[in-house]
Amino acid sequence: MSGLTIRDVSKSYGSLTVLSGIDIEIDEGDFLVLVGPSGCGKSTLLNMVAGLEDITQGEILIGGRVVNDLEPSERDIAMVFQSYALYPTMSVAANIGFALEVRGVPKAERARAVAEVAGLLKIEHLLDRKPGQLSGGQRQRVAMGRALVRDPQLFLFDEPLSNLDAKLRVDMRTEIKSLHRKTGKTIVYVTHDQVEAMTLATRICVMEGGHIQQQGTPEEIYGNPANTFVAGFMGSPPMNLLPARAERKAGGGWMVSLSHQSRELVLPVPHCLPPGVDGRTVTIGFRPEHICQVASEADAAGAPVATCRIELTEPTGPDLFGILDLGGREAVCKLLLDVSVQAGSDALMRFDVARSCVFDAERSVRIDTSG
Amino acid sequence: MARRRRTPERVALYFTLALFAFLFLLPMYVLLVNSVKPLSEIQAGGMMALPQEWTLEPWRLAWSTAQIGVDATGLRPYFTNSLIMTVSAVALSTIIGAMNGYVLTQWTFPGHRVVFLLLLGTVFIPYQTVLIPMARMLGALNMAGTVPGLVLVHTLYGIGFTTLFYRNFYAAFPPELMRAARVDGAGLFRIFFRIVLPASVPITIVSVIWQFTSIWNDFLFGVSFSDFDSYPMTVALNNLVNTSTGVAEYNVHFAGAFIAAIPTLVIYLFAGKFFVRGLMAGSVKG
Repeated sequence: MSGLTIRDVSKSYGSLTVLSGIDIEIDEGDFLVLVGPSGCGKSTLLNMVAGLEDITQGEILIGGRVVNDLEPSERDIAMVFQSYALYPTMSVAANIGFALEVRGVPKAERARAVAEVAGLLKIEHLLDRKPGQLSGGQRQRVAMGRALVRDPQLFLFDEPLSNLDAKLRVDMRTEIKSLHRKTGKTIVYVTHDQVEAMTLATRICVMEGGHIQQQGTPEEIYGNPANTFVAGFMGSPPMNLLPARAERKAGGGWMVSLSHQSRELVLPVPHCLPPGVDGRTVTIGFRPEHICQVASEADAAGAPVATCRIELTEPTGPDLFGILDLGGREAVCKLLLDVSVQAGSDALMRFDVARSCVFDAERSVRIDTSG
Repeated sequence: MARRRRTPERVALYFTLALFAFLFLLPMYVLLVNSVKPLSEIQAGGMMALPQEWTLEPWRLAWSTAQIGVDATGLRPYFTNSLIMTVSAVALSTIIGAMNGYVLTQWTFPGHRVVFLLLLGTVFIPYQTVLIPMARMLGALNMAGTVPGLVLVHTLYGIGFTTLFYRNFYAAFPPELMRAARVDGAGLFRIFFRIVLPASVPITIVSVIWQFTSIWNDFLFGVSFSDFDSYPMTVALNNLVNTSTGVAEYNVHFAGAFIAAIPTLVIYLFAGKFFVRGLMAGSVKG
C-alpha cells in the first residue's frame, strides 16, 4: 500500500507561486526526507500534507485516501514541530495525552497510552513537569511522545533537530532512526541539513526554488546527482564543480582538460557525452574522496594520476582534506593521513574519473551517460 | 561592582524624590487623618494635625447612616452597586477582549485589520460624545437607570481597550502552538480555553487592573445612566458631599472618600507589580 502520494501539487499565494508540479510517491514504512535550503518550499509542502495550508492545485493522498479537503485532525497524521510547540501551561503527561483527550478517549486508557509512550522515550520521570522546566532534548522527546501516542498512519517532522546543540542533535538523530525501525511507520521529515537527510532517509527529495530537483535513495542522490544544485548541496564537503574543456579522443571516448597552476591536466573520462560539447566548456564534478592522494602510481589501480600543488590542508580528525587549485576554482581533495603533506608542496593525486559527473556548463544539468 | 559613594548629587536626588513622595502622599494623609477625628477638631482649624481624640464614628456614619438618596442608608448599598457593576463589566469586557484578540491574530479572516482598526478607534472616542446615543440605546433596551445597564455601557466602552491589550499579546503567541493544537484535533474554543487563555495571565492582570480602576472610578456614565437605587459609589459620594443637611460633616466626607478608594488601592497593592511587568512584556514582544 502507498504511504503518501503527492500528485502534481502546486501552491500559490495570489500571483506568487511557491511550489509547482510536485510529484512524490512513497511506500508505507518509507522515511522520506525533504531537503533544501531555506525558502525552497519544503516546509510549505509539509504543512500542505498536514492540512495546515490549502492546496492550490493537485492531490495529496495518505494511505490511498485523498485528503485535500480534510481537517488536519481527520488525516490520521501526527506532527513534530521545530519549536516543539509544547502547551506551556500543561504538564508533560497532559501534553502527550491532549490529542487523546480531544478525541474523548477515557481517562484510564489515556493514562495507559501516555505511560507506554513515556516508557518508549524514557521520560517517565518527567510526566508531572511543565515544559518550561525541561531541557531542549527533553522537550524534543515530549514533542515526539505527543506524536507517537496518536499511533497515526503518517508522521510529519518539521526540522525537529535544528534547535538542539550539535551533540544532542546527533543523539536524537540516531534515536529517531531507531524509532522508525521499531514502529515501521511512514515518516516525512523536513530539514535543511543534508547530513540528516543522508543518515535518516530511505528516500530523499531535494528541493530548490519550489521545484523538486531530484528524488531517489540516498545512494542515488549522492552518487548520481541530476544537476549541479544537487551535487553541490548534498555531501560535506560538497562536490567540487570545476570548469573543464571536453574533447573527443581520436580513438573514440572522451577526455576533459582542466587548468592546474600553469599547465593543463588532461583526464580521460569513461562516459558518453553528447556530441555537441566537443571542444566546449563543461562542468565536471568530483567528490573530495574521488580526488585522492596515492603513495605511488601503482596504487592508482588504472585511474589517471597527476602531481598537484596542495595550497592548504584541513585536518578534521578522521580525514585530512587538502585544497588545490583546479580550473581556477578551489577544489577539496582527500590526503593520506600517514604521509604528512605540507601546504605549498606537491602530492600525487588519483582522479577517480569513473565516478565523476559531467554537467552542462550553462543549464547545469547532468549530461554524461555511462559508456 | 564598586559601591557608589554618597556624593552631593545623590543626596540631592534622594531629597527630591522624598519631597515628591511627600507631596503625592499629602492628600492621602489629610484624608486619613481627618476621617478619624471628631468634626469639632476640623472646625477648630486643625486640618493637618493628628487627631487629639481618635474615633471611627465618621467611618460608621459614612458607611451605614449618612444621607445619600431618599433614605439615610450610608454608602453601603452603593458600594454594593459599584462592586456588582465593576466586577461584571470587568469580567465581560476582559473575556470579550481576549476572544477578540485571539481571533484577530490566530484565526484571521479577510478584513480583520479593518475590524481591529475600528475597535481601536473606540479607544479614542470621548465619553461625552456617546452619552446621548447610549442613553437612547439603554432606553430602547429598557435598561435605563439600572445596574445591568451600567454593566452594558462599561463593557461596550471597555472592549476597545481590552481587545488592544490582548491582540498585541497574542500577536507574539507562537503560531506553531496553534498548529500543534489543530493537528491534535482541537477547535477554536478548545484551543482558546485550554491553551491560549491559561497562558495569558500577565496580560489578563493588566486588563483587569486597567478596567477595574477606570470603571470603578467612572463618574460621568454613572451620573448619566443611573437612578436613586442604582448609583455607583462615585455618584453616591458626590451626593454625600453635596446633600448634607445643616453643617458640612467633613470627617464623614473624608471617610466616605477613603472607602471609595479602597478597592482600587487593594487591586494596585496586590497586582501592581504584575501590571508594569505585563505592560512591558506586551510591548517588548509585540
